[in-house]
Amino acid sequence: MMLAYPAAGVLLILAWIYPSHALYFHIGETEKKCFIEEIPDETMVIGKYRTQLWDKVTSSFLAATPGLGMHVEIKDPDTKIILSRQYGSDGRFTFTSHTPGEHQICLHSNSTKMALFAGGKLRVHLDIQVGEHTNNYPEIAAKDKLTELQLRARQLLDQVEQIQKEQNYQRYREERFRMTSESTNQRVLWWSIAQTLILIVTGIWQMKHLKSFFEAKKLV
Amino acid sequence: MYGLFRLVLQLLSAQLLCVWVLGSELTFELPDNAKQCFYEDIIIGTKCTLEFQVVTGGHYDVDCRLEDPEGTTLYKEMKKQYDSFTFTAAKNGTYKFCFSNEFSTFTHKTVYFDFQVGDDPPLFPNENRVTALTQMESACVSIHEALKSVIDYQTHFRLREAQGRSRAEDLNTRVAFWSIGEALILLVVSISQVVLLRSFFSDKKTTTTRVGS
Repeated sequence: MMLAYPAAGVLLILAWIYPSHALYFHIGETEKKCFIEEIPDETMVIGKYRTQLWDKVTSSFLAATPGLGMHVEIKDPDTKIILSRQYGSDGRFTFTSHTPGEHQICLHSNSTKMALFAGGKLRVHLDIQVGEHTNNYPEIAAKDKLTELQLRARQLLDQVEQIQKEQNYQRYREERFRMTSESTNQRVLWWSIAQTLILIVTGIWQMKHLKSFFEAKKLV
Repeated sequence: MYGLFRLVLQLLSAQLLCVWVLGSELTFELPDNAKQCFYEDIIIGTKCTLEFQVVTGGHYDVDCRLEDPEGTTLYKEMKKQYDSFTFTAAKNGTYKFCFSNEFSTFTHKTVYFDFQVGDDPPLFPNENRVTALTQMESACVSIHEALKSVIDYQTHFRLREAQGRSRAEDLNTRVAFWSIGEALILLVVSISQVVLLRSFFSDKKTTTTRVGS
């Protein structure tokens, strides 16, 4: 029993220090990396990132120096900014969509010191979870005191809810697609008629004008 | 007391699992003549799947290349619209996959990829499974797997629909642009024809041909 608390302490430390297995990529100093998330409305999105800086001395990536942070900007489908915040070298951002559509998540570093980027590389570990993937089931089980079967049922319910939301969003998108196609149809119809009319009118005008011109010149 | 400790341990294990994420799905924009690489550290023996699809841009194709920690190319395809590649990690280390749009001169592309590493984390990480799953539990597991595949199909359908819709919107603007342009060209050409013809006759006032009787 006495070993339990140190063990818990070690677990807690491991949770935060052990390197994340998330995907990573390299980013330049002034570079802005954007990711698109096309999501239905009322969907929660959680993004976590961790940065590492290339150290020429040890020729490896070290944990980034404090003061080197990332600026996160999130735009909704109407290109309105819903989140624009500066985070530290490790950050976690979350938002819930209120309109369905393409949300854009942009990251760029806020570094102004060129010396820091002398090596030219900043490594960013990024993980973005959407919808039912944001749910932390062990935590939900502990909080609501659910049995295993109840927890599995909860997970299935969440998945089905996500499928339902996506189907609803699909209906809205198909409506937009249909409106665009109908607009194209209308435009093709009216502009074809208009162009034929212009053609006929200019033809008639040409002939009339030339006839009167030649008659004036006494050639006809 | 023991119950409280168990709760604390469960929460901490949950946090631990929060840090260990085993699947990434991203959509990003790839400018023309650009190459974007992603890296992931994988343990030997893990089954991984890389799936990608080009959503918008040009001829909807991209070059993709997957390399293992020693630089051996595991997967290389040029100008592919959509593909799925499954492999088992034979070595420990950093695997790298790159998407290249270097063959394109002015179209930037939107690429979606889904990189799954290993299996999903179990719902109850700290419980050691001694007995087999009951019928209810195994039914739940198979429903969960089926729903995961439904969500995956939905995603691919959504991407194809996005592709179709962007082509339709493109067509719409092009029709408007070219219709107006053509009407203007028509007017300009007909007026200039008349003006040109007039100019042929206005100089030769003295050379009017008359059929003399």
